[in-house]
Amino acid sequence: MNARRFDALIIGGGGAGLRAALQLARSDYKVAVVSKVFPTRSHTVSAQGGITAALANVDDDRWEWHMYDTVKGGDWLGDQDAIEFMCREAASAVYELEHMGLPFSRLDNGKIYQRPFGGQSKNFGGEQATRTCAAADRTGHALLHTLYQQNIAHRTQFFDEYFALDLIRDADGYCLGVTAISIETGEPLLIEARATLLATGGAGRVFGNSSNAMINTGDGLGMVLRAGLPLQDMEFWQFHPTGIAGVGSLITEGVRGEGGYLLNKNGERFMERYAPHAKDLAGRDVVARAIAIEIAEGRGCGPHGDHVDLKLDHLGETLIAEKLPGIRELAVRFAGVDPAKAPIPVAPTAHYMMGGIPANLHGQVVAPARFGPEEPVPGLYAVGECACVSVHGANRLGGNSLLDLIVFGRAAGLHMLEYLRDNPYPRDLPDNAAEASLVRLSRWDRPGSERVAAITDDLRRMMQMHAGVFRTDAVLRAGLEKLDALEDRLENAGLQDTSRVFNTARIEALELENLIVVARATLVSAIHRTESRGAHTRDDFPARDDAHWLKHTLYSRAGDQVDAKPVRLKPLTVETIQPQERVY
Amino acid sequence: MKFRLYRYSPESGEKPFMQDVELDIEPAGKMLLDALLAIKAQDETLSLRRSCREGVCGSDAVNVNGKNRLACITPLSELKEPIEVRPLPGLPVIRDLIVDMEPFYKQYRSIKPWLINDEPEPEVERLQSPADRALLDGAYECILCACCTTSCPSFWWNPDTFVGPAGLLQAYRFIADSRDEATAARLDNLEDPYRLYRCRGIMNCVDACPKGLNPTAAIGRIKSLLVKRRV
Repeated sequence: MNARRFDALIIGGGGAGLRAALQLARSDYKVAVVSKVFPTRSHTVSAQGGITAALANVDDDRWEWHMYDTVKGGDWLGDQDAIEFMCREAASAVYELEHMGLPFSRLDNGKIYQRPFGGQSKNFGGEQATRTCAAADRTGHALLHTLYQQNIAHRTQFFDEYFALDLIRDADGYCLGVTAISIETGEPLLIEARATLLATGGAGRVFGNSSNAMINTGDGLGMVLRAGLPLQDMEFWQFHPTGIAGVGSLITEGVRGEGGYLLNKNGERFMERYAPHAKDLAGRDVVARAIAIEIAEGRGCGPHGDHVDLKLDHLGETLIAEKLPGIRELAVRFAGVDPAKAPIPVAPTAHYMMGGIPANLHGQVVAPARFGPEEPVPGLYAVGECACVSVHGANRLGGNSLLDLIVFGRAAGLHMLEYLRDNPYPRDLPDNAAEASLVRLSRWDRPGSERVAAITDDLRRMMQMHAGVFRTDAVLRAGLEKLDALEDRLENAGLQDTSRVFNTARIEALELENLIVVARATLVSAIHRTESRGAHTRDDFPARDDAHWLKHTLYSRAGDQVDAKPVRLKPLTVETIQPQERVY
Repeated sequence: MKFRLYRYSPESGEKPFMQDVELDIEPAGKMLLDALLAIKAQDETLSLRRSCREGVCGSDAVNVNGKNRLACITPLSELKEPIEVRPLPGLPVIRDLIVDMEPFYKQYRSIKPWLINDEPEPEVERLQSPADRALLDGAYECILCACCTTSCPSFWWNPDTFVGPAGLLQAYRFIADSRDEATAARLDNLEDPYRLYRCRGIMNCVDACPKGLNPTAAIGRIKSLLVKRRV
């Protein structure tokens, strides 16, 4: 088996992975990035509205207000030390992107353009803030390309179109690298590194109706669970209020930030009923639930009453052309409407995973061990959507995900440099380090009666039906039963195509293995949490229950075990933001 | 609907061939990518790249009825049957609809696609007027799908030496950026009978770009900057 050795290894070529890689590439250490797609195909490219930082370019602003909004937006489940760190670092992280060349839109005075976004306030819950920095409605594209360009300039080593299979850990728990396969040749490869960072993104493709790219299959989550490590807060999935109805592609919250609003079939601005103060710019979970209720109670638009309308034609051609050109393109292509003339049909779509691989604010993966619930796993890091720091708590605010990528990408890169200095020599690989991966690969050379594509479809349909916006114990348990059946079918699945070169059917089979364990983590965690908080809405437990549930969920694969660990309510330097009722 | 798909499996020992496929699909509201994925669900040996499925990642560029397009934003209803789908022309085929993009990426890297500014960084953002920022519109949006470059006859003949429309558009994106200080070096890097001047103004690139960008215009601006600095 081919083997390569680097000082540091990054799995995933999206915003988080590339930001961390850049930090390492600027040093004398050797860093490699493994990405299953050419890096600019990563899902970061789809982010539209912007990146939030209290630059105060448009209006008064302070990072402390951003912190308050983030804690409240996450329904007090976020760790306040990590949130303080992120909001404090936000401005410098954004300026740094600007210095790298990111083509931000500009205000008349030449400063970075900022727009209002949902859940943002001044003065700890006061008036709407204007805090999200944007490059038109293509901020993710601009960010990802800029970071990729910087990595080319710093000669980062890329393994493009390599699919990571499993973590390699030794008996003491150190992570020593990964196994992977070259998608182009089908050859397995062992990549050794003293420090490994997972930046594999989300798993939104576990749902039938999703805003996510097709590559978002939770590969890093599967690797972590197979390595015997837990996942945190997997019951919390954000459904974005405004996906194009029937398609799922996203229409940015920036549309409402620029002045667009939602209407039901009676032409009513229904958000005024659900969030009298913030209206259409309430938290995403609040707006998504409101839309779901409007539709369920028969006030949806269209012949099937299955969506609501997003009106923005009153903003005028010029503003739409200047600030929302990508949205117009998407609406024309996928909904057949020109938003400068008619409203866009929208419905909630699975969008973001608040949970993930438990990590601290240095990006170190942490797990329960001898001395406590949060001991770093030596040599293993995770950042971005695959990680749960947790800064987003039970519901992420718009504009905070790009911020999460670059703040924690940089923090992890910096900490990895320290780790590499403290651990200068590679540890010995365990015997048969690659064996489990090779067994898993060869399993797909075995014929089978079931088809991967059919199981994937059924899995996504099941999750849509059983783990959607509204949940109950019975619905979730029925989903788990269906999942058991799907797992049995996966056992009997086989590939028609056992070729080596660019066998994407085999990659999809490996992705399905990851999606299945993500689905299980989600259902089991969601059954466990008998309260409603943020994006996790239990019809049978409609209230938030701080007395019992102000804590993080930790799911482990062995025996579907669910543990808990406390929420870190104490920030780094400022006062705790005490839990309150969350109203917009 | 009727499709004709380019098939090639390097392990089979067979030559590439066109495969006729009939698919039961309602074209209204569907894109070509939906059809290709439905075909793949029946015959998983069909290989193609795809990711965002909304026209921003640039993975799924293919040649459709003779034109380079992104499968995910090409409405089925616009296409004449049989719909002929081939890999992008001018690049080596790895398998089926998947080409080796490296010659394209290599040209992209050759124009140093990153902002060069060696001045000390201010502790806040560098200022840029909206008018200066507007010069980047139509250039920074490139998604590196290669629709333009692989539709360019000059690139077909000289893939090693001609930068191609995508690379030149990106070169212009940095030349036009008021924050970039390397304009002279960037122009030196392009002032070459092949790297820039193999562009003959055929304008296939403009026709092919799925994002509506105009590489020919950017190339024209680079050429006029070169003329200007000579006089």
